[in-house]
Amino acid sequence: MDQTRRYGDGAKSNKLLQFGNEAIAHGAREAGCYFAAAYPGTPSTEILEIFRTFPGIFAKWSPNEKVAVEVGIGSSLTGTRTMVTMKHVGVNVAMDPLMTFTYTGVVGGFVLVAADDPAMHSSQNEQDSRVLAKFMKAPVFDPATSQQAHDFTKLAFDVSERFNTPVMVRETTRIAHAKGLVELGEWAEPVRGERMKRDIERFVMMPNFARPRHPFVEERSLKLLDFSNEWEGNRLELNDRRIGFITAGVATNYIEELMPDASYLRVGLAWPFPVEKARALVEHCDRVLVVEELEPFMEEEAKIAGLPVEGKAYFPRVGEFDLDAVAAGLKKAGLLDETFAMPEPAEVVARPPVLCAGCPHRGIYMALRKINADVYGDIGCYTLAALPPLETMHTCFCMGASIGNAIGAKLTETKPRHPTVAVIGDSTFYHGGITGLLDVVTSRANITVVIVDNSITAMTGGQHHPGTDRDLMGNEAKHVPIEQVVKGLGVEKLIVLDTYDYQNAVDQLRSAVRFEGPAVVIARRPCALFPTKIKPEPYAVIEHACTGCGNCFRIGCPAIFDSGKKTERGLAIATIDADACTGCTLCEQVCKDDAIFPLAELNKKREQEVQV
Amino acid sequence: MSEVVNVLIVGVGGQGVVLASNILCEVAVRAGLDVKKSEIHGMSQRGGVVTSHVRFGERVLSPLIMHGRADVVLGFEAAEALRFAHEVRDGGLLLSSTQKIPPPTGPVKKKQKRPRYPQTPLSDAKQVCRGRVVPVEADRIAAELGNPRLTNTILLGALSTGLAIDDALWTDTIRQMVPSKTVELNLAAFARGKEVALSERQPA
Ligand SMILES: Cc1ncc(C[n+]2csc(CCOP(=O)(O)OP(=O)(O)O)c2C)c(N)n1
Repeated sequence: MDQTRRYGDGAKSNKLLQFGNEAIAHGAREAGCYFAAAYPGTPSTEILEIFRTFPGIFAKWSPNEKVAVEVGIGSSLTGTRTMVTMKHVGVNVAMDPLMTFTYTGVVGGFVLVAADDPAMHSSQNEQDSRVLAKFMKAPVFDPATSQQAHDFTKLAFDVSERFNTPVMVRETTRIAHAKGLVELGEWAEPVRGERMKRDIERFVMMPNFARPRHPFVEERSLKLLDFSNEWEGNRLELNDRRIGFITAGVATNYIEELMPDASYLRVGLAWPFPVEKARALVEHCDRVLVVEELEPFMEEEAKIAGLPVEGKAYFPRVGEFDLDAVAAGLKKAGLLDETFAMPEPAEVVARPPVLCAGCPHRGIYMALRKINADVYGDIGCYTLAALPPLETMHTCFCMGASIGNAIGAKLTETKPRHPTVAVIGDSTFYHGGITGLLDVVTSRANITVVIVDNSITAMTGGQHHPGTDRDLMGNEAKHVPIEQVVKGLGVEKLIVLDTYDYQNAVDQLRSAVRFEGPAVVIARRPCALFPTKIKPEPYAVIEHACTGCGNCFRIGCPAIFDSGKKTERGLAIATIDADACTGCTLCEQVCKDDAIFPLAELNKKREQEVQV
Repeated sequence: MSEVVNVLIVGVGGQGVVLASNILCEVAVRAGLDVKKSEIHGMSQRGGVVTSHVRFGERVLSPLIMHGRADVVLGFEAAEALRFAHEVRDGGLLLSSTQKIPPPTGPVKKKQKRPRYPQTPLSDAKQVCRGRVVPVEADRIAAELGNPRLTNTILLGALSTGLAIDDALWTDTIRQMVPSKTVELNLAAFARGKEVALSERQPA
């Protein structure tokens, strides 16, 4: 920066700095979207959390993404403008209704926001939702900035109604959770339909009615292709004849910063791919490269059209892009000769995410470790128990998978060594565990299902779910206790326990795994963070009483540290961070030496000793 | 292309990195600049590393700073400052709180291959950093001012000396973005942070 120039006299901007997710919520509201449904998932969650704050709309969480889409379809059928949001893997869950919704088309505009997570900052895979959009034959917008996230979402409602199709807006983590300046528009009156208008041939997709819808879909795709070729949001900029880039999404920013003078096709609608504009770029330039994160989606579209483009030969298919990754690709392609010397980082102690101090999941995993169970796991905060020192989760695929995995293993393994246990979170149980548990019961699988119930969806920041008493709008909700579901499914052995009581948890787990037939354990305690952060009630270590047995270190609590002091036998003496300790007492329960006490009690004792 | 200023803010979950980066962004917006920022949410709540990339200038494209090109790395925690010290550009600045937050110990093994928490992170950072390293005893100053939460604004005060943005914009923005009861304290903290950074700059 020019140090002689001081900023401060700049014109006051009429734009707001917004995350992509904020911008999407605003774009939807401006388009007159009345209804929104979702299941939380990083990096999509904030869209609904922001949208719900707008007056005149209705937003809700659904138990999972498939239900959210089905609810959204119902809303669209009444003529209501509708948005459904989810993370990329949620689209897999919702694919079934979506694949047929593209046949019927919409009544009220329907926008599906899919949030991809290249680099898997908080996901189990890094799939590219554009591929699914093409598969379901829905147009997909791919914004490059917060402004585009706003503009494209708003436009998507019109495109949906004009072409009679659900529309996908696909964002990625660096759009969703990156802020940029956004110019907002006016709010339209929310569009809410009067009622569902019966139209059996259109909305009952049995074979004889579905067959004529398929040609409709193909014709619509051609019309959308024309739109894509004409729409100015697919921006063709013919400059330098030597090199042209086709790019979309956040990658646009990296390539443009590095190659400001090149020719460009900046794609805003990735499918149908604006192939005529790509042809124009190819005709103008000696060489055209496609710069896109994850799959070679546009590259393949261009190649199918016979256009000589390159892309993944130089740019990674794995992980997310940044300036360095794109620069490296340009260098590989012979387009940059500068070397970007990246200095060596220092080697620094790792800081892996851990279960919080006072986390209710800790106790049940200590008990599962004690009984040495094979733990088929699931997704949530409790997945962190796979890491040292607990290391008591042995599989994790997708939400709800734990139960099915455990059944299959139990039904087939010939030399089992350990009890078979599935561990699943409460929100995950409502999302995708109920049908799995039904299968446990009907197949009489001799397994134990542990539902770790912290009474909130913690991983994604504390959202309500069917087991809590609030809804997204902040109203009181009818909640369905897990016990009720479990009993309703025909489970005969049900145990409810408190995860702060370690020995009881061990005993109860033992009785559950010994039980012949399906057993369910609900391991219950509210989350330490949500909805309210629990108040600290610190414990402390009496140094001279500590023999360095290390039991407290092995529970993986972030409030317990090596004090740096040693016992006579040279073992590490523990210390407890009073600011972090919540007083869950699990360390005290496993302490061999009676060396851990409430800090307040110790202080009192010390005072008395001084007085004596 | 016009110059873009790159500030990388690093720390540990719960330290207030995000609020600090929001204040910095707001100041830049009020200065009439284009601004982008990018940070990773999610695991940070669970005691992980938090980073926030802030970029501002006439026109900003990438939401992420190129490796080794940060004008300033602002560290909220000393070992995190060390972790990202190499991101400072030639002649840039590593400004860091001296506060140390070791990760939880976990089982103590005799022969540990993984690196331990560094004894002297900020002196180590001098070996890696291609710019100046300026330690700020933010937690001591915050304690003097009577509120540990103030480390945030102290560090912003120190940062402000490295950026050519009018002080009035900083103070106005802080006034509006911190809880109303703590405005005066935060402004005092900001001033102290500035003082420390400026005195460090005088050649000895
Ligand atoms: C299909 C799908 N949707 C959403 C997510 C994101 N996600 C991961 S875990 C989780 C919630 C877990 O909540 P819960 O089961 O209550 O466990 P907790 O985090 O509270 O321990 C969500 C929403 C996902 N991984 N997959």
